[in-house]
Amino acid sequence: MELKFILESLLFSAQKPLSVPELSGALAAAAEQEGADPGVKAFKKVRESDLTAALEQLAREHEEAKRSYRLVCVAGAWQFVTQPEFGPWLRALVGFKARPPRLSQPALETLAIIAYRQPVTRADMEQIRGVSVDGVMQTLLERGLVEQVGRAEVVGHPMTYGTTSLFLGYFGLRSLEDLPAADELRKMVVERSAAPVTADPGLATAPPEQLQPNAAGGVQPAETGDQRKEAAPT
Amino acid sequence: MADYKVKFEVFEGPLDLLLYLIRKEEVDIYEVNLTRLATQFIEYIETMRVLDLEIAGEFLVMAATLMYIKSRELLPADQQVEVEGEEEGEDPRWELIRQLVEYKKFKDAAAQLQVLEAEQENVFPRRPGKPEFAPDTLPPRPEVSLFDLVNAVSVVLKRFARREEAREIFEDQWTVSEKIEQLMRLIAERAPLKFSELFEGMISRSEVVCTFLALLELIRLRQLVAFQKEAFGEIEIGRGPGAAATSAPGSVAPLTESALCPQSAVGNPKS
Repeated sequence: MELKFILESLLFSAQKPLSVPELSGALAAAAEQEGADPGVKAFKKVRESDLTAALEQLAREHEEAKRSYRLVCVAGAWQFVTQPEFGPWLRALVGFKARPPRLSQPALETLAIIAYRQPVTRADMEQIRGVSVDGVMQTLLERGLVEQVGRAEVVGHPMTYGTTSLFLGYFGLRSLEDLPAADELRKMVVERSAAPVTADPGLATAPPEQLQPNAAGGVQPAETGDQRKEAAPT
Repeated sequence: MADYKVKFEVFEGPLDLLLYLIRKEEVDIYEVNLTRLATQFIEYIETMRVLDLEIAGEFLVMAATLMYIKSRELLPADQQVEVEGEEEGEDPRWELIRQLVEYKKFKDAAAQLQVLEAEQENVFPRRPGKPEFAPDTLPPRPEVSLFDLVNAVSVVLKRFARREEAREIFEDQWTVSEKIEQLMRLIAERAPLKFSELFEGMISRSEVVCTFLALLELIRLRQLVAFQKEAFGEIEIGRGPGAAATSAPGSVAPLTESALCPQSAVGNPKS
């Protein structure tokens, strides 16, 4: 018996999404049943990494078969779900999913900042958004999408926030690694532009020396700006 | 009317408005002309003011920053005032661009989350029915003694214990016969009902007592039955074996004639 098919049968009939430890527990319980067949006993102790690999293999096979459903891992638990394009028919059958109303634009922006930058303080969020986040934070906390995760090691020890597993479930994400463009946004460094940031002919718009990537301090020849040939010595 | 202000919510904040203006210019954030942007931004604020829209403080702060940037542009770098305490390397233009780029990235990320959110509304999980060979409810334990019921009602009555100390005299508004009808209606709609649910929203001791007497009467008449799913679990009330024959609400009326007089029951609360 292939491991992936055993897992498939478990997930097919499970009442709820199953995590890898839960699946591992089911395999062990089956092996401990009285008079268990050697084939069943063989899966008594399967490494979790092997289970994950088998699940991923299974998910790939389902994806390749282009069926109307797929195997997904949401917030660490595996389950079968339908493909989104079949929504209209399913809604007719089972009714609208009981979901809270969609999030507003400000709420989504704040949530994105928390998701990529956690743990993060309110001050950090406001710094990025340029507006107060009190109202939206209230909504996000009430909906259980974010939670307090600790306190920052800065003056006043402000609370820091992070996302919950409900957040992953709400957006159908496996983990935070699964966020769109996660690598880029989580450790984003804004590159300084090599070009002058402003250029308005007629005005003395020589870029300050610190805007030039190779600025070595001291006297720096200006690249633009007609009325002045040299930057001011510091 | 003069105090009425429309809250301006099209732009979430000054950065949002700046991004919109940059998009309109169709230029890269890094190449935007900040002096022109400053002019447009301030024109926008002016329009908002003319339209008597509420302008958030953040917009004004941004307008001030833009004006500062613009004013700096007018002076050659060697004539610019060194701002006290401002570290070398802090250029307000760069600071603003950096903030805009960062904000833009998160705004884009938010848009992607929005797509995921909408997609999730159309994703339905497989929810198989519960296997039939595993019944999860044990057969209800039918026997609930009178003492169990009295115990349960005394818990409910404790809610009123304190209020009874300062006694007010008021007319009893409830009769057992009314409560019998109410109970029958309630059970017909929502059976089985938890014992505590029977007394939800009741405001006085005498109302609880009337309801309890009505309950006892109906149990005696086998219209209702009290049971517990597990030992020491909450008592639940369901339809009794006698209810099937007289299920029409109107037919309970004759029963009430045998009901106890409420006044005699609640007249002496100490008993």
